[in-house]
Amino acid sequence: MLSLIVFLPAAVAVVLAPLPARLPGHVFVGAWIAAALADLALIVTAWVRLPAAGVGPGGFAFEVRLPWIPSVGISYHLGVDGLSLPLLAMTAVLFLACGVFALRETRRVKPFVLFFLALQTVSLGLFAALDLILFFLFFDLSIVFMYFVIAGWGHAERARSAALKFFLYTFLGSLALLLGFILLFLAATPHTFDIVELAAANPLAAGGPYAALTLLAIGVGLAVKTPTVPFHTWLPPAHTEAPATGSAILAGVLLKMGTYGFVRIAMPLLPTSWRQYALVVLVVGAVSVVYGALVALAQANLKRMVAYTSINHMGYVLVGIGAAGLVAAGDAQARTLATTGALVQMVSHGLITGALFLLAGVLYDRGRTYELDSYSGLAARTPRFAALFAVAAFASLGLPGFSGFIAEFQIFTGSLPAAPIPVAIAVTGILVTAALFLVALQRLFLGPLRLPDAPGTPRAFTDLRAAELVAIAPLLALATLIGLAPRFLLELVEPAAAAVNTLVAR
Amino acid sequence: MLLWWLIGVPLLVGVVLALTGRRVDPLAAALGVGVSVVVLVLAVAAVLIRPVTDTTLFAGVRAGFAVDGLSAVLVVTVAVVLVAVLVFAAGEPDLRTGRFAGLMLVFAAAMLATVTATGLAPLLMAWEVMGAASWALIGYHYRDPAAVRGAHTAFLTTRTADLGLYLAAGAALAGGVGSLRLDTLPTATAGWRELLVAGVVVAALGKSAQLPFSFWLSGAMRGPSPVSALLHSATMVAAGAYLLLRLNPLLGSVGWAGPLVAWIGAATALGMGLAAVAQRDLKQLLAASTCAQIGYMILAAGVGGTGAGVLQLVAHAATKSLLFLAAGAWLTALGTKQLGGLAGSARRFPLLGAVFTVGALSLAGIPPLSLWVAKDTVLAATLAAPAPSAVALYVVGLAGAAVAAVYSVMALWFVWRPAPPAPQPQALDELEQEPTGEVPALTGPPLVVLAVGAAGLGVLPLLGHGLLRPEPAPQWWELVVSAAVAVSTAAWGWRAAIRLPEPGLLHRWWDLERAARLLVVRPVRRLAEELARFDDRVLDRGVDATARATVGVARLLDRRGETAVDGIVRGVADGARALGRWARRPQTGQLHQYYAQASVGFVVLAVLTVVVIVVS
Repeated sequence: MLSLIVFLPAAVAVVLAPLPARLPGHVFVGAWIAAALADLALIVTAWVRLPAAGVGPGGFAFEVRLPWIPSVGISYHLGVDGLSLPLLAMTAVLFLACGVFALRETRRVKPFVLFFLALQTVSLGLFAALDLILFFLFFDLSIVFMYFVIAGWGHAERARSAALKFFLYTFLGSLALLLGFILLFLAATPHTFDIVELAAANPLAAGGPYAALTLLAIGVGLAVKTPTVPFHTWLPPAHTEAPATGSAILAGVLLKMGTYGFVRIAMPLLPTSWRQYALVVLVVGAVSVVYGALVALAQANLKRMVAYTSINHMGYVLVGIGAAGLVAAGDAQARTLATTGALVQMVSHGLITGALFLLAGVLYDRGRTYELDSYSGLAARTPRFAALFAVAAFASLGLPGFSGFIAEFQIFTGSLPAAPIPVAIAVTGILVTAALFLVALQRLFLGPLRLPDAPGTPRAFTDLRAAELVAIAPLLALATLIGLAPRFLLELVEPAAAAVNTLVAR
Repeated sequence: MLLWWLIGVPLLVGVVLALTGRRVDPLAAALGVGVSVVVLVLAVAAVLIRPVTDTTLFAGVRAGFAVDGLSAVLVVTVAVVLVAVLVFAAGEPDLRTGRFAGLMLVFAAAMLATVTATGLAPLLMAWEVMGAASWALIGYHYRDPAAVRGAHTAFLTTRTADLGLYLAAGAALAGGVGSLRLDTLPTATAGWRELLVAGVVVAALGKSAQLPFSFWLSGAMRGPSPVSALLHSATMVAAGAYLLLRLNPLLGSVGWAGPLVAWIGAATALGMGLAAVAQRDLKQLLAASTCAQIGYMILAAGVGGTGAGVLQLVAHAATKSLLFLAAGAWLTALGTKQLGGLAGSARRFPLLGAVFTVGALSLAGIPPLSLWVAKDTVLAATLAAPAPSAVALYVVGLAGAAVAAVYSVMALWFVWRPAPPAPQPQALDELEQEPTGEVPALTGPPLVVLAVGAAGLGVLPLLGHGLLRPEPAPQWWELVVSAAVAVSTAAWGWRAAIRLPEPGLLHRWWDLERAARLLVVRPVRRLAEELARFDDRVLDRGVDATARATVGVARLLDRRGETAVDGIVRGVADGARALGRWARRPQTGQLHQYYAQASVGFVVLAVLTVVVIVVS
């Protein structure tokens, strides 16, 4: 079942590949939407059937394990639990939204769709992978495919250099990750790359410099992808130059690969070192929160602004998982809250920031620029766009009633007992994000009407079209559902978070 | 179940109305009033049934709602004012939109959830939604930059204070109160309890526009008058006071909290009262007065007089929403809210004049109106408090009452003053908006209902029981003293109204907003810009420089290293080629030369053999 979920998009891509590119774009995008829908249906089925699978805490459902390169302990090992299933679901939803949004794509539709199908397979595969090498493979492939999306469908000549920077930087990060994986492999007896076996064996339980070096390598590799300050500078140009759907996937899914890696690999496989350096993680997170928010506040370009808020939001995740490692200071409930909040934040950020980037794409489509100063008073001309953007902005600034609050409240509440001062500083992040979104709303939508009249502006400035609405509104509806009735998600996440914390605390 | 209806009905209808767009506008006003009546019915039912509901929100954290004595009073107050305000707004053409009615209902739902929440987490959720709804309502006229700025200031200031609640939640958890239930908060362990209390107090002061956060209420006055009547008199600003009244046991558990809160309340009552005297814009005057009057509720919370605070809250809600609505009606009809421009307004619209007079006299503390009783109950609670500074607090509170009498009567004087003898139509640019010249009939009933409340709610302690009969009741002499103070200062205010000074500092609300901009907003923006520059110039360039350096090293290697390595290889090849050339030279193809070479070779071989033999 999991293999089907993971490789369904790739299979569709293989079927589509021999078709001539002259066919109307709707054929390709339609196939993509159908694949994404089917994938989502499968994941929902898995979600529903998970309780029946009878998996205890720390166990995995729908496991598949086939030998791949047995001589070095590499296997094709997939499985899901409460950590990965929400992310799989979020990934499928986001790709579906991007598919619907891409109905209007006209430039070289066939390769565009093929790249996205490939991206979907590697994203789903990464969240389901239970083998370090499999994880690494998907991790790297995501970089490769995203490079082509940015370089091929980005906005301008600069897209290529931004894509190159993205590729080289994150690729370098992935090399650090690979180094860490190899160190883990060497430490284990018998040598293996299997995540479940490594978690059970806990080969580096003694800590020490070797374990610290391993954590450093893995940590840096994941931190580049997340990204945290100071490894984030590839993110703003990549987002600014990427097409709207590319940005949505990059921010919504690819960034989660970093944070998910912390929860899936760094925490359970290196518990001793994680506890030892948890405060460092927490402080890096707090710095990312405040730094990302403040730099976002100073941006004049909408997409750069949203990109920096991603750094801010990913910072909360690090605060939460950092606090979960401070075992001595926090009781079990607080640590469960912190880890749960971090996981919910991943899902929440995917939905909300995905919506924000798609909305930014709408703006670019109409006005050919992201500069906030080029617009004013759009609320009168495009009420639906304004309403949706306002909802997304308030969701992103952590207003209760949306998923962001559910995540951030748990992170703050759960982390404060462990490290009051860094967390108190991180809390101010929600104030700065509030300020920056209010400023953006004001510049874009309020006041007298002004539209960019640069030569590139193609047509009349129209409100959201049906496809755009159908793509974006469900993301925000889901964020609201999680915000108002979070239990359906938390019932799944909380036991998994508690299990991770147990692994960290041993 | 009833509670979910009470909160859910206005929330859902409100969200739908607000998002549906202009298609629902023709129905919006009627729907808004209809739903608010339903809410009122549900509220009354909730008061009678006293429902309780409780569910898990997060791991170990509860989300509960309940109606107890304190909530009951607030639920009904909110519902009544909501109905009154929405009926009034139905008479204003530019407020008959789905957006307005929807946002008002969302706001009301958030307020109802705030006052019924039994846990810190649901309370914080409702509390923040209320702030966001207020942002949207203050900025309702979004083409007006001043309204938008006011909305931003209000939301950001209150959210700054709200951070206190986030910290409080963490502190409660750290202090061992995992459920975050409000009634168990006082059991938090000592050190964390201090942080918990500090967070709660800051959040409450911010929401209630107490010193030093008062300034946001000034900007909020750019919102429509019905918004001010609901948010900035009866509900949102009262929420902070409610929170402190609700958490009175918690305040009592930390020594410094009660006196601090009491003194901030008293200082606001006096300080913002003085600021109100310096206002010549009716809504600004009412807003400053709201801060001052809520100061009494905060004072009551600080000295443990929960009942007194509730009485003041209810009496003030009726009085102040009445006054805001009357000011709004004049603004619509006459196009101005400047006291100078309102001359004769009470005579021209006698009903408005009458109800405004009732409200203003209540605000002035003239017996037997409601705020006279309520204020004295608060002051009685102050005197009864064990605090050493009880008398000082009482005196400051009484001074605040005298100031309230002055500004209330000053406003009365301006509106009752005869209109200029030759009424010239005022130039449009002096007006704030197009005057309609009439007051819609719909505005009458809600104003009369509120006026009855403003006049008569003072009898609650005689009729009510429990919370509504606060102990200690004011002594007879206290009532006489405050009545004498109010009447005498009111009389003086009436005569001095036109001559009252308006010092700049007071007119500008003690320059609090300027201070906030100077001390907080500007440094943060500067820091943001500096960091953005650092990000671009140092971090990003650093990465680029590393990449360039790598390419540079590669080039260098290419030019230097490569030629060197290549040179060796080439040298070997050249040597081999030279050797080859030499090796080719003897091969001439001529036999006699080969013979010669062979004979030389033999000679050499023979010599070598001889040498080897000799040596060995």
